[in-house]
Amino acid sequence: MTRLVYELTESFRIAFAQIRANKLRSVLTALGVIIGIVAVTLMGTAIGGIDKGFTNSLAMLGDDVLYVEKWPWGGVEDWWNYANRPPIRPEDAEKLNRVIEQTPNSLLEVAVPVSSRGNSVKAGENKVSGVQTLGTTADYGRLITADFSEGRLFNETEAVGGRPVCVLGFDVAEAPFQGRSPLDETVMLAGHPFTVIGVVSKQGSFLGLFSFDNQAIIPLEAFRKYFSVRRGAQIRVKITDKNRVAEAREELIGAMRRVRAQLPGERDNFNVNEQGAFKAQLDPIKQGIALAGLFITGLSLFVGAIGIMNITFVSVKERTKEIGTRKALGARRRTILLQFLIEAVSICLIGGVAGLALTYGLVLAVGAAFPAMPVEFSISLVFVSMAVSIITGIVSGFAPAYGASRLDPVVALRYE
Amino acid sequence: MSPSLAPELAGRVTRPSGPLVIDIAGVTKLYKMGEEIIHALRGVSVQIHRNEYLAIMGPSGSGKSTLMNMLGCLDTPTAGRYEFNGKNVATMVDDELADIRNREIGFVFQTFNLLPRSTALANVELPLIYAGYSPSERRERAIHTLENVGLGSRLHHKPNELSGGQRQRVAIARALVNKPSIILADEPTGNLDSKTGVEIMALFEQLYAQGNTLIVVTHEEDIARHARRIVRLRDGLIESDGPVG
Ligand SMILES: Nc1ncnc2c1ncn2[C@@H]1O[C@H](COP(=O)(O)OP(=O)(O)OP(=O)(O)O)[C@@H](O)[C@H]1O
Ligand SMILES: [Mg+2]
Repeated sequence: MTRLVYELTESFRIAFAQIRANKLRSVLTALGVIIGIVAVTLMGTAIGGIDKGFTNSLAMLGDDVLYVEKWPWGGVEDWWNYANRPPIRPEDAEKLNRVIEQTPNSLLEVAVPVSSRGNSVKAGENKVSGVQTLGTTADYGRLITADFSEGRLFNETEAVGGRPVCVLGFDVAEAPFQGRSPLDETVMLAGHPFTVIGVVSKQGSFLGLFSFDNQAIIPLEAFRKYFSVRRGAQIRVKITDKNRVAEAREELIGAMRRVRAQLPGERDNFNVNEQGAFKAQLDPIKQGIALAGLFITGLSLFVGAIGIMNITFVSVKERTKEIGTRKALGARRRTILLQFLIEAVSICLIGGVAGLALTYGLVLAVGAAFPAMPVEFSISLVFVSMAVSIITGIVSGFAPAYGASRLDPVVALRYE
Repeated sequence: MSPSLAPELAGRVTRPSGPLVIDIAGVTKLYKMGEEIIHALRGVSVQIHRNEYLAIMGPSGSGKSTLMNMLGCLDTPTAGRYEFNGKNVATMVDDELADIRNREIGFVFQTFNLLPRSTALANVELPLIYAGYSPSERRERAIHTLENVGLGSRLHHKPNELSGGQRQRVAIARALVNKPSIILADEPTGNLDSKTGVEIMALFEQLYAQGNTLIVVTHEEDIARHARRIVRLRDGLIESDGPVG
């Protein structure tokens, strides 16, 4: 065992002496590995970033919230089967809450109606358009995961009374007021004056599609007063246990059928959506990206590995006589095998470290240039790329090293 | 042609004295070159005892190197018996032979065969690494051995910073360092000028006096005359085997 340690130490010493003696050759060979490792790590960062973006976006929807809507998420082909469904009415939420109260041990906590439309928000001379205006009840506070950076949500009294108060999303509050606190200021929502009572802290955008920070939340009764609710609403239902989403969903479907007084055997005339379903839609996309990435990465690593294999064959050929001498002095097969494997692995590791440093620089640069991009350089990336370098070295160095270890000492000593 | 005995060698011990180290009997070695079969050795029997000083002579192609490789456990015979220190070597596998070479045999090559990028010290330490000695032990023994061959002041020189004679001394130190049962030298002076060759032979004389067992392959009578016993090969057979003179 100690003998093996001494042999390994010697092998590393020789490997580095060898690399130093053949600098240009080693650098050129390592270049292939560098490119491979940069590809691996960049792909890893990109996939990690996409994954994080997806997860963040899904978290905004809430993993303990079910959405009762007319249409399923993700689109349908047989749209005609959905088009004639009655729209979801805010009143359905009240009825739903009554059903929930009557159900013992209900997995549903509360149903909250949400009506929405796009509006412009004007504060003095400044105008923000395309703001998603939500009309909802005071229970909305029980659903949302985000904090308030300032102020609060409207209370029960304000909600029921349809008071002209509003809570603004971060961007809507930021742009027109430019750092000033918007609290107690009046903004015009599609021409109607509302008093700002709260600001939600920054949340980001959903898959880059629409921003959660570009919202204005007002009491449902105020929404009803100024805008129409005829286009239908959405009911968000908070569940008591996020580990029992499927059961809660079943219960909600049953409750909603009761609200709608649907007959047994009749098809549901509504849909219960959840973020999990979204995830099921996104996962294949994510896997596709990862698979394509893996293929490209694998290809570049393969080219690097061939370079390593070639250089190890050359090294074995050049040093055939040395192999013979070492065998004459008592080197076992294992010793020779390890020596050349270590040389291959050393070049790969040097390439790996250089590649990693390069990626680190690139990630920092991208992060500085585009702060919104969810790129991240993780410690696991370091381990993965080191592991990949070592495995590349072993796989590509094995054939030549094995050949060297099997050389007949007499033949090797005669080699000129 | 009978070599004339140098006067200074007269009266020295030539009879085998110590225990038997090498015992080969009826050893043959065939090489296949395509269709052709080359009989490098056709049935060789030799016994070598501890603290013998033997020269193997013969014309080119007579099988000297082949016999040497066999004795040095670099190669196994096609047929015949080979016992090294009482152990049957003929049937050993690669790694077993490697261990025997490491512990029992010291090689000195005509072309020195030093590792070019390693210092004299590192070159001499190499067999000790394979033997599993600790770094401090290795260093100590390698330095001691290099001092013994007169290179105490050249420890950290690389081969290309040494003269031919000095290189061969490093190689001899490397052969000696593991205290082997025998030292095998194939044409050790073949790449040296005659003056340096004489110095190397003087070193062998010193090693012999210290109790080492030496086998030297050479085709020069002058070199062979340093030994105490000469085995002459011709066409893969032993032509004569006897004391010098
Ligand atoms: N690996 C081999 N393959 C084929 N033939 C070989 C091989 N090694 C040696 N021979 C043949 O065996 C015979 C003996 O060779 P060997 O090298 O033992 O001669 P030698 O006595 O050492 O000659 P020299 O004085 O020239 O070194 C020669 O005819 C040689 O061609
Ligand atoms: Mg020869």
